Amino acid sequence: MSEGADTKPPRSKAAKWTRRGFIGAGALAGGALIVGVAVRSGNPVGKLKPIVAGGEGEALVNSWVKIGADNLVTAIVPHCEMGQGANSTIAQMLADEMDVNWENVRVMDAPADGNYVSQHAARLFVGPGTLPDKPNAVSFMEPTYDGLFTQVAKLASAYITGGSSSVRSTGQNGMRIAGAAAREMLVAAAAQEWGVPAAEITTENATLTHAKSGKSALYSAMAAPASEQDLPRAPKIKDISEFKLMGTPAPRKDIPVKVDGTAMFGIDGGPDGSDLRYAAIKACPVVGSQVASIETSAAQAMGGVLQILNMGDFVAVIADSYWQAQQALGAIETTYTKTEIDDLDSAQMFANFASALDEAGDAGGNSKADYGDAAGAFADAANKVEAEYQVPYLAHATMEPMNCTAWVRDGKCDIWTGTQVPLMSRDGAAEGAGLDADDVTMHSVFLGGGFGRRLTPEYTNQAARLAKAAGYPIKMIWSREEDTAQDFYRPADISRFTGGLDAEGKVVCWNNVHCTEDEPAEAPLVEFYDIANVSVRTSEVEHPLRIGAWRSVAHSQHGFFVESFVDELAHAAGKDPFEFRRSLLANSPRHLKVLEGVAKMANWGGALPEGHGRGIAIVRSFNSIVAEIAEVDMTGDKPRVTKVFCCVDAGFAMNPDGLKAQMESGIIYGLSAAMHNEITIKNGAVEQSNFHDYHMMRMDDAPEIAVEIINGAPNNLGGAGEPGLPPAAPALANAVFAATGKRIRSLPIAKHFS
Amino acid sequence: MVSIRVNGKPQEIDADPAMPILWVVREKLAMTGTKFGCGIAQCGACTVHLDGQPIRSCSTPISAAEGKAITTIEGIAADDGTLTNVQQAWISEQVPQCGYCQSGQIMSATALLRETPQPTDEQINAYMKGNVCRCGMYGRIRQAIKVAAGMEPASGEAPAEQASVEEAAT
Repeated sequence: MSEGADTKPPRSKAAKWTRRGFIGAGALAGGALIVGVAVRSGNPVGKLKPIVAGGEGEALVNSWVKIGADNLVTAIVPHCEMGQGANSTIAQMLADEMDVNWENVRVMDAPADGNYVSQHAARLFVGPGTLPDKPNAVSFMEPTYDGLFTQVAKLASAYITGGSSSVRSTGQNGMRIAGAAAREMLVAAAAQEWGVPAAEITTENATLTHAKSGKSALYSAMAAPASEQDLPRAPKIKDISEFKLMGTPAPRKDIPVKVDGTAMFGIDGGPDGSDLRYAAIKACPVVGSQVASIETSAAQAMGGVLQILNMGDFVAVIADSYWQAQQALGAIETTYTKTEIDDLDSAQMFANFASALDEAGDAGGNSKADYGDAAGAFADAANKVEAEYQVPYLAHATMEPMNCTAWVRDGKCDIWTGTQVPLMSRDGAAEGAGLDADDVTMHSVFLGGGFGRRLTPEYTNQAARLAKAAGYPIKMIWSREEDTAQDFYRPADISRFTGGLDAEGKVVCWNNVHCTEDEPAEAPLVEFYDIANVSVRTSEVEHPLRIGAWRSVAHSQHGFFVESFVDELAHAAGKDPFEFRRSLLANSPRHLKVLEGVAKMANWGGALPEGHGRGIAIVRSFNSIVAEIAEVDMTGDKPRVTKVFCCVDAGFAMNPDGLKAQMESGIIYGLSAAMHNEITIKNGAVEQSNFHDYHMMRMDDAPEIAVEIINGAPNNLGGAGEPGLPPAAPALANAVFAATGKRIRSLPIAKHFS
Repeated sequence: MVSIRVNGKPQEIDADPAMPILWVVREKLAMTGTKFGCGIAQCGACTVHLDGQPIRSCSTPISAAEGKAITTIEGIAADDGTLTNVQQAWISEQVPQCGYCQSGQIMSATALLRETPQPTDEQINAYMKGNVCRCGMYGRIRQAIKVAAGMEPASGEAPAEQASVEEAAT
């Protein structure tokens, strides 16, 4: 296609690339995916119509947009709603491109069907090296790139919500184009019916108008013929100057049902009727062990108990009520097979981590960044600084514990569960039920928190196994104790730094080695800081616990490590931590604006009461840049965070209130962990069990939070769900140092004041 | 049999008297707005009112409700469906994220405002600290309580935010 010759206003580079990728996908994937794949027989979207648009008078315009007889437009969203609000925001993006007013928009979760895999989300996860035989995809294959990703994503069952990706990938590269394509198809249908040129038709508030002839029609009246139109080859998306809904704080669509008890979460789901029974389970407490024996005589005699099952890797009780199942489970005596880590505790584990780092030394391990000559520059440095930091394992502690309702009968399986990976969970259920994935129906529910915890399918698999064994529908609920002890944890880590300063206090080198391979790989890197000689390495260790993605993933630990060490360098240089970072960010103008923005918000340098301190940190994650300043009151027996100022550049805030809410949420989640949270190991098993020994920040110790937004790159969106978190811990620890001179090098902070 | 009233309706409950109110309401009465969070009265997700007083239903046996009135999140709106001031403020301030804790938050806030119609920040902190919000919406909850109390105006559908737009610099 030509280079946007007849388009006004001019299209952005991002938009041009996106459309090309998208059109390529449609052609190469055989019309298997998303936008613009018109509804016709033999097409996968035809199969989708009865599933997503089976209502009277409903027309599926393309696979992400349906229009009802009532002129309500439904965005069919291939992401899960777990609180991040992204489903509402990406519907907002679609509606703006379609010229639909917000009141006429509804949001619907896409069914767990491979055709709804978000290739745009998948490509963020399916990195270089994943495509068979094409380790480094290059530009000549760009048109086929998304098509390939579609196939790869399907294989990986990658209907994923994570990586702060929904708005910046599916929204920006999918929903906007879906909306623009749907609008053009509606216009084409009206032009055909009215016999007028398409260019003379305007659209507003879900209405088509031809001014010259005075004709007008609601979208609903043109929806059916629109769905017969050809896919637009290059649907024109809006320039920022044409945005009506994008960039506004449109109210979230999911909030009304969350104030009256009607929102259906996984734990609330299940079949109609009274056959449902309840299961409580306890899995083996040490990774790698199996159930050796169970003594059940007491449990069998308890009220309501129907079945007691030794599943090998866990023990289950099925009863008439969940409470009865839980009571009986507690009366079972279980022994477990031995493992090699039965004697392991946290102290020994950290000693093992330290040994791995000793082995890597100053230059060993796996190199993640290596430019200049870090060792040489350190040898010549006027001022040498060394520090070691440590962080613990962390549990996600979603408010809704893991649970799954499953019903296996007649060669079919129905599943109700909150999951960030519906297709992977579907496969887990199929495996557990002994069925094909196509025989499993996933029912859409809200997630009572995700934060990365619901990226694994094991609890769905457990429920399917139980339902198969029982023969009737089972609602399996993990106790809070089970949820705390059987997580996929944020990895514990130790990180060692050496840094050198010249005589003027300028950083000349940065040498870091830490444990654990990082996801995302950029997490420990510091290329935005003006440091000429850098070495970043990892020394891999074995984790005695299952590890997983925890909100902001490896940025959660490296934000603390990197920004604490920068603070230590500033102190060694005798410089103000804000001014010190300003000079380090001289070549990173977006970072610099965010840093200066937060300093202005917090009146950096202004007077504070006696015993109070301010700390600053800046972290780039998921393509967003966030700087935070924490104010801490050290006059009590432990630190109290009074205020957090946050400045964020996420490229462009599609929904500014939603972005602010995510910053507030990430800050509290990060501060909870920094201040209180620690999962420790004793005899190979997790020691913590519930909120009394795994403390959450609460109303009375949560700080006031102020958020300001910079729209620094409207065509290069960043994420929102995670980037607020990483600066919180270092900002707090640096504030404690500013107030007291006490440097916090291990988390949680509360341990230093107990 | 335990005789109780739930959201104004008499109910005869055939259950072990030790069974917590939470599971009676969820499983026997099919009202799922009240949530299980911890089981040991640590998180507040299961908060309901027993004769008007907020209780943790996960740790209160149904026998304790004999002859008493239980109110759940499903029972606070007016009969015609009109939401309470607290519920409306939860919408105007865009409080819920995942939403799982919010039934309990709203039940606690409702009881707070009944006891203390114009609460100070300290009173809000003291009353609401038993309700954990893992999405961290404490600032919005506090604001919504003040809006519900008529102490602050509702945000409603605020006009579009003005954020500076600058060209990508990197």
